[in-house]
Amino acid sequence: MVDIFLPIQWLADAVTYGLLGIEMNTYLGNAVNFFIYDTIKIGMLLVLINYLMAFVRYYFPMEKVRDILTKRRWFGLDYLFAAVLGMVTPFCSCSSIPLFIGFMQARVPIGVTFAFLISSPLINEASLYFFPAIFGLNVAIQYNVMGILVAMFGGLIIQRLNLEKYVNRDLLKSQATKNVETNADKKKHSLKILLGYWWADGWIITKQVFPYVVLGVGIGAVIHGFVPENLVTQYLSAKTWWSVPIAVLLGAPLYANSVGILPIMEALANKGMPLGNLLAFMAGITTISIPELIILKKVMRWQLLAAFLTVTLLGAIVMGYYFNMIL
Amino acid sequence: MKIEILGTGCSKCKQLEENVKTAVLRSGKKDIEIIKVTDISLIIAYGVMSTPALIIDKKVKCTGRIPDSKEIAEWIKT
Repeated sequence: MVDIFLPIQWLADAVTYGLLGIEMNTYLGNAVNFFIYDTIKIGMLLVLINYLMAFVRYYFPMEKVRDILTKRRWFGLDYLFAAVLGMVTPFCSCSSIPLFIGFMQARVPIGVTFAFLISSPLINEASLYFFPAIFGLNVAIQYNVMGILVAMFGGLIIQRLNLEKYVNRDLLKSQATKNVETNADKKKHSLKILLGYWWADGWIITKQVFPYVVLGVGIGAVIHGFVPENLVTQYLSAKTWWSVPIAVLLGAPLYANSVGILPIMEALANKGMPLGNLLAFMAGITTISIPELIILKKVMRWQLLAAFLTVTLLGAIVMGYYFNMIL
Repeated sequence: MKIEILGTGCSKCKQLEENVKTAVLRSGKKDIEIIKVTDISLIIAYGVMSTPALIIDKKVKCTGRIPDSKEIAEWIKT
């Protein structure tokens, strides 16, 4: 496959070894080279993908997702639908509550709602668009397909457990008086204006995320340049039955931007950390966020929250085992 | 005119508030009231499912994204 990022590598090489005059194959050289290459590569992808996400947000607001899930009966396909929608629609954890209540009020089954809530952080723009560029197309496809399956089964399990009684009913009573007519004046805008709006919307997100990306690339560069390979293979390369659960549990209390941690994962993968351990760790970081759990606690009792947490943890572990098995 | 900004207080809502203020300032209108709505039950009452959302005179203008000041300016013109 032709590497479309090759020109960035040339540029990074030219800057590191030519302009900065750092010697090749030194610790510092490797680290600086990685930093320049990944900052440019991920930065460019970030701008591009946020633009695309702004476009998706414009035409596919959450209210539309809800309507798709309620207007028709999908006979079990709702779970697949919810999982896929969770993957393609951008969703910020600060919207968890309005989203959860909106789904419940619209009588979307609780399992389908959770399929969405599980899939949304597990598989997202990072896994969909960045994974192919970082881990290769093969891993990307398998990760996303596995993510959809995990979300679907997680939702099904929660549905089967009959946990609807643990949803805080008070908030559900405050019936929405009107339904949102999103972008009612959409047709008035010309494409040229819309392209500008999407750019502005995407740019705001890029500006917010970019510092975390630089931080992530920085940490990744240090790992890439200075951490000896045998240290990683000695401590992080165990493919035993307990390595994956430990990776998930270590990742769970951490929370990081899913794009920001990619360079760190990339550097660890290059050092020989098994992909299963790595992806389990990453799934633990991105899907289990303590702030989100605290927010969700407001609308559900601990029994339901515990079920959600358990299902998500198990999902991340299954993901890890799968990748350790096939690779 | 009454502009409501719906959001639980993450950075996106603050950005939206800034954009609204810029748009209002540029419009030169004096009779615009800007209100931040952080109460979840009020947000739900509008049927909004993703924040930030912008409400102008009880009408939902957009949800889940941050419109720039130019776009907001067009909404408050009428």
